[in-house]
Amino acid sequence: MSETAATPPPVLSIRDLKTYFVTGAGTARAVDGVSLDLRPGETLGIVGESGSGKTVTSLSILRLIPEPPGHIMPGSLIEFEGRNLLTLSPAELRAVRGNQIAMVFQEPMSSLNPVFTVGDQIAEVARVHLGLSKPEAWIRAVDMLNQVGVPDADARAYEYPHQLSGGTCQRVMIAMALMCRPKILIADEPTTALDVTVQAQILELLEKTQADMGMAVMLITHDLGIVAGAADRVVVMYAGQVVETSATRDLFAAPLHPYTAGLLASVPRLESGRGVLKGIPGSVPPATDWPPGCRFHPRCPHAWDRCRTEEPPLLSGPRPGQSARCWLVQEPARRKPPAP
Amino acid sequence: MARPTLALVGATVVTIAAVELLRRRTQAQGSARRFFAHPGGVWGLRVLMFFAVMAALAPLIAPYDPAAQPGIVTLQNAPPSWAHPLGTDAYSSDIWSRLIYGGRVSLGVALLATLVAMTVGVTIGAVAGYARGWIDAVLMRLVDIGLAVPRIFMLLLAVAYWNRIPLTLLVLLLGLTGWFTTSRLVRAEALSLRGRPFVDAARALGASPARVLIRHLLPAALAPIIVSAVLSVGNVMLLEAGLSFLGFGVQPPTPSWGTMVADGQAQLALAPWTSFFPGLTIAIVVMSWNAVGDALRDAFDPRPEHA
Amino acid sequence: MSALVQVDGLVKHYRGSRGWLGLKPSAPVRAVDGVSFSIDAGKTLALVGETGSGKTTVGRTLLRLVEPTEGRFTFDGLDVFRLSSGPLRALRRSMQVIFQDPSGSLNPRMTVGDAIAEPLIIHRLAARPERPARVAELLGEVGLDPSFAPRYPHELSGGQRQRVGIARALAVRPRFLICDEPVTALDVSVQAQVLTLLRDLQRTHGLTYLFIAHDLAVVRHVADDVAVMYAGQIVERGPTDRIYSSPRHPYTRALLSAVPVPDPDAPRSRIVLSGDVPSPTHPPSGCRFHPRCPHPLKDSRCASEIPGLEDFGGEQWAACHFGGKPM
Repeated sequence: MSETAATPPPVLSIRDLKTYFVTGAGTARAVDGVSLDLRPGETLGIVGESGSGKTVTSLSILRLIPEPPGHIMPGSLIEFEGRNLLTLSPAELRAVRGNQIAMVFQEPMSSLNPVFTVGDQIAEVARVHLGLSKPEAWIRAVDMLNQVGVPDADARAYEYPHQLSGGTCQRVMIAMALMCRPKILIADEPTTALDVTVQAQILELLEKTQADMGMAVMLITHDLGIVAGAADRVVVMYAGQVVETSATRDLFAAPLHPYTAGLLASVPRLESGRGVLKGIPGSVPPATDWPPGCRFHPRCPHAWDRCRTEEPPLLSGPRPGQSARCWLVQEPARRKPPAP
Repeated sequence: MARPTLALVGATVVTIAAVELLRRRTQAQGSARRFFAHPGGVWGLRVLMFFAVMAALAPLIAPYDPAAQPGIVTLQNAPPSWAHPLGTDAYSSDIWSRLIYGGRVSLGVALLATLVAMTVGVTIGAVAGYARGWIDAVLMRLVDIGLAVPRIFMLLLAVAYWNRIPLTLLVLLLGLTGWFTTSRLVRAEALSLRGRPFVDAARALGASPARVLIRHLLPAALAPIIVSAVLSVGNVMLLEAGLSFLGFGVQPPTPSWGTMVADGQAQLALAPWTSFFPGLTIAIVVMSWNAVGDALRDAFDPRPEHA
Repeated sequence: MSALVQVDGLVKHYRGSRGWLGLKPSAPVRAVDGVSFSIDAGKTLALVGETGSGKTTVGRTLLRLVEPTEGRFTFDGLDVFRLSSGPLRALRRSMQVIFQDPSGSLNPRMTVGDAIAEPLIIHRLAARPERPARVAELLGEVGLDPSFAPRYPHELSGGQRQRVGIARALAVRPRFLICDEPVTALDVSVQAQVLTLLRDLQRTHGLTYLFIAHDLAVVRHVADDVAVMYAGQIVERGPTDRIYSSPRHPYTRALLSAVPVPDPDAPRSRIVLSGDVPSPTHPPSGCRFHPRCPHPLKDSRCASEIPGLEDFGGEQWAACHFGGKPM
């Protein structure tokens, strides 16, 4: 991963993160040596399909992995403001969660507590982290609801999650996340469970608040369309590893890794006619049994002997900030032309 | 005395071997592995297996004929000795032999009665849960009535009506008074499963309601049914023992563990072993049923702490 | 040529809660409120909508998994809603379904082979000795090796499970296939495989599809015609190309603009709708979309008069008073 001297230090730095799950069927190496940086004020898109390890990565940052059967292996480093999050005491970690690093989850309806009003849940954040009294916290909560665009916030605050739509629940989650003006917002598939029109609203809200608060956003998604519109840089994950890092424009214009290229070719587009969609043959291997060498080689149209035996490291690509875990970066001549 | 001892040892060996074989054959299944990780459950299984083998091999294992009264004057109420390992009762019958033969009755009644209860309960519960509407309402009101009346009371009513209860009738009565909770359980499973996509898929394929119930719903509901059945056997066993003790269940001279306890009641101070050993056996076996039932419940529905 | 599938005035209202002692029942949930469309043999009609649009309910009523409140469904001349259980079961040989959740729609306790053989057993299409061969044949048609037959669903990936679901539906050699969000739960790379498979099968077997989906980009690739649903009604209908190139209804336009485009340089002119989908028990008066409609010419007529489907030429119909005017 190349970094020029002029870029400011990253606000979050993950180095060689390994999160394994011990199951009856063997050890699932869900995250297997992931390193990435999150720069201040940027939106980093983390793209991957199921089994890529992107959600486990995001949960590992705040140590939300259930300890058996999951383990964040020693040797992993997650640096935030000069401290390793993985070695903080529980009390110190609690001071960070929801306060300096906040998280928004995929299913807003299930992520909210069904027996408390949304006003109470948002106010709780203020009471715990900002030390406000109950009435003060409530006022703040209503204020936050307004800020996230919930109409009639005074009344809505008294309602329970099941009385609200998915979009409104997600706005509530965002309000809770933004209460303490965190430095980092981790959004794990925040719009996947929502309708397209609501998704547009939420993405717009995230854009706006990021601009207002200047926080860094880690946007985890499987939707390349969202990433194209919202992210400054993109990290592509496959089989528990980072396989490509790039500025957004570069990723879409000239993807280095065959998996990225395959993904882009599989995405159905509005403009195209009824052409043939090329998928990626095969399926993601199980996390208990990653293939030897390059993990993508069984499905890769360009694979040759080296790919089957040697696992490639992240190699720097031609453009600044671009890197890919693929031997084609060193041996571009081996790239086969696309099939007709 | 030699042959029965040999048979007993053989039975023990068979029991242990059978349980080990079961453990090995089912290794592949997660639920089986979880079951065998429960020491209580495994011991319970061994105990039950042992008594089952004993009951099955009764003629080979029992040293004496349970109805025999070899020395009604000299040998009655004899304490445990080499000749009679658990002593003799008031009729000088060997307690150990009676225990073995009694196991046939006690276990047999409990298992058959549970079978009856399960059959009725599962059928009614499945139909009620799948059909819903007025069928469900009527059936559940029946269940409500059944649950409201205490079981012992219903049994005693039946006993008062028929003076001497033949064994088959006892089994039927025990079964027909014990299906209510199971039907509620199965109904709950049916209700929750009927909305699942694979049930829709079966209906869309053209499966008749009967096929949907038998082929799709019931196998999925099997786990709670099995757990309920296992726990119920222990219950029925206690019930039968209690009824027999009161004189209303199994009639003499058929030995059952309950009747043996009753028989020993008169000379409790004089010869406590006559009641103690059958009573202990009831306790151990019922506890084993419960242990196995609990272990099965955990095996079918694992919680993260036990993973 | 008359259409293979003809739906007229389909209505499905779910009864509201009973209220106190059966008196004062609350308003019914109007999941589908007057839907009509037709599909010619061999074609694909996509039914598009978001949550609460009623599209899934339409699929379920056509299959008679739930009984419709009103309306007519004619399949190849047969009045489906009037059929009794015997003829209905026979009809299921012509009309099948693929569900959204591939893991949920397969019985976890049945092997793949059993699941595919089940329709053969129900409709007596193959005697016991012939079944394994038939199952292997069907597995081959969906691109799975016959060795998959003894496996259980949990051993398969999402894409493979969906293929099994397709094989199962094909076992009866249907003519009409209702695809209820068949690729929604799949990863993008697998999605493409399954869509290609569905297209190939349509060509090979001359199948007619009703494709229910919410992803407009996917629909673009598979559908000949599109019907857009909102709050239980069809608000626009027409050939795919026309709908995508010149949508008439403001909701269709908003929907199309909201789809994220995987191209960082694409112009982002999102029409962001405010508010939420209307309550299915108390839909707005007049045009159901009017409270959220961003059309500049929106006026009082929209709140009072329900717009009918107007012909905009080229078989495109839209229910909007101002469909002809640009936004």
